[in-house]
Amino acid sequence: MTESQPKIRIRDLHKAFGRKTVLNGLNLDVGVGESVVVIGGSGTGKSVLLKSILGLLEPDRGSIEVDGQEVIGMSTGDREEINKKFGMLFQGAALFDSLPTWENVAFGLLAQKKATRAEAKDIAIAKLAQVGLGPDVAGLFPAELSGGMQKRVGLARAIAADPEIIFFDEPTTGLDPIMADVINDLIVNVSREVGATALSITHDMASARKIADRIAMLYGGEIIWAGPTGEIDGSGNEYVDQFINGRAEGPIQMAVRA
Amino acid sequence: MNFVRLTGRVSLAFLGATGRLALFAATAFSHCVRPPFYFRSIVRQMIEIGYFSLPVVGLTAIFAGMVMALQTYTGTSRFSAESAVANIVVLALTRELGPVLAGLMVAGRIGASLAAEIGTMRVTEQIDALTTLSTNPMKYLVAPRLIAGVLMFPVLVLVADIIGIFGGYLVAVYKLGFNASIYIQNTYSFMEVGDVVSGLVKAAVFGIIVTLMGCYHGYHSKGGAQGVGTATTNAVVSACILILAFDYILTEIFFAQ
Repeated sequence: MTESQPKIRIRDLHKAFGRKTVLNGLNLDVGVGESVVVIGGSGTGKSVLLKSILGLLEPDRGSIEVDGQEVIGMSTGDREEINKKFGMLFQGAALFDSLPTWENVAFGLLAQKKATRAEAKDIAIAKLAQVGLGPDVAGLFPAELSGGMQKRVGLARAIAADPEIIFFDEPTTGLDPIMADVINDLIVNVSREVGATALSITHDMASARKIADRIAMLYGGEIIWAGPTGEIDGSGNEYVDQFINGRAEGPIQMAVRA
Repeated sequence: MNFVRLTGRVSLAFLGATGRLALFAATAFSHCVRPPFYFRSIVRQMIEIGYFSLPVVGLTAIFAGMVMALQTYTGTSRFSAESAVANIVVLALTRELGPVLAGLMVAGRIGASLAAEIGTMRVTEQIDALTTLSTNPMKYLVAPRLIAGVLMFPVLVLVADIIGIFGGYLVAVYKLGFNASIYIQNTYSFMEVGDVVSGLVKAAVFGIIVTLMGCYHGYHSKGGAQGVGTATTNAVVSACILILAFDYILTEIFFAQ
């Protein structure tokens, strides 16, 4: 392992659904300990990118390396090993509604037999405290929580097993601006505390500016611009300018007719 | 040409669906016999499938037994063979009515709830979440339900046999005027182990069918509430049809000489 080796290295990634090409030769590097945010409009393939890295979708062509290890086409057993490095915050939190909050948070620990049930509950309560939830929440079921609290529990679950890489799928979607900012702060703090590499996808620029070290713009199935967060306003790329300023007029033409 | 194209498309869709189901079933079975096992889930599903289906199965069985006694009596009295009522009731219930009626009723109850539960987990990304937590959803969700189905369906059918025969006894003795002790004696002497066992084997197969259909359709549901609704319908309908089809096949295997 060299120092310059990125945590995640994606090369020439292709994925099509039927005749619809979604990813068309995508390249992206995520450095160790770095927080990269991929921005892009709805339906540009941000989720497909994330799901390909997680192994939930099989790309048609290309390479995804995690710590220098190729993950495309690996066996189910190896995939389970690799996924132990990952934590994921889903857009809708995706909490298991048949389990109480603490079992949701501790699910990965229990599944990997890293802790007994009693230990796991203590860890879960500590992780819940890390995302600003009291121990009284531990016994509640997901349906009894508000949207913002569900996101927090989802975040606690994502960090419970101290992952090396955390993925955030539209972390602020569906939240009011204040709660969105609270979640952004949590993401920054929690990723720093765990020391994890972070890869997020979002179309919320306020969120992207806050949590990203580096921003990459996905358009037409490729990364058309990538650079440090501070440089995004002076990118000189008219696609990026149109997106971050939210203008309907510009080179990006939204498919109004589906 | 359109007719040929249609035939081709329908055949391809059918073969594709059969293949997907076969692969799903093979993966699911392999997870049933390979550790780790989720005993907590298995027990929870056994209670859900077995214990909570008892009222439905019991009611179905008692009415089936009562109708059977009444119909046999009115039918056989035409040629003065009323004494065969006990014989026919016990044969019909243990061989056919017990497993098939209990299977169909539980298919409606369990097939629908499995498809809806797993389908909702699919569309709310809970199944994806399982994978990211290094838990195989086939092993965690599907295998315990299959195991519980195979184990609990025979138990339910055994209960259905007993309650059904008791229903027949009630009608025969209290409505048709049979002598209670002779009826019981007839029932007992006509009952064969082979009949009961064949019914229980059928029940185990129906248990696989119902849980597999519920899990398969739920697992592959897509597109939100409507998708889950479609999955639920498909799970129940396909389970019922497969139960009737396999009932014939198994009867052919057991009893045709």
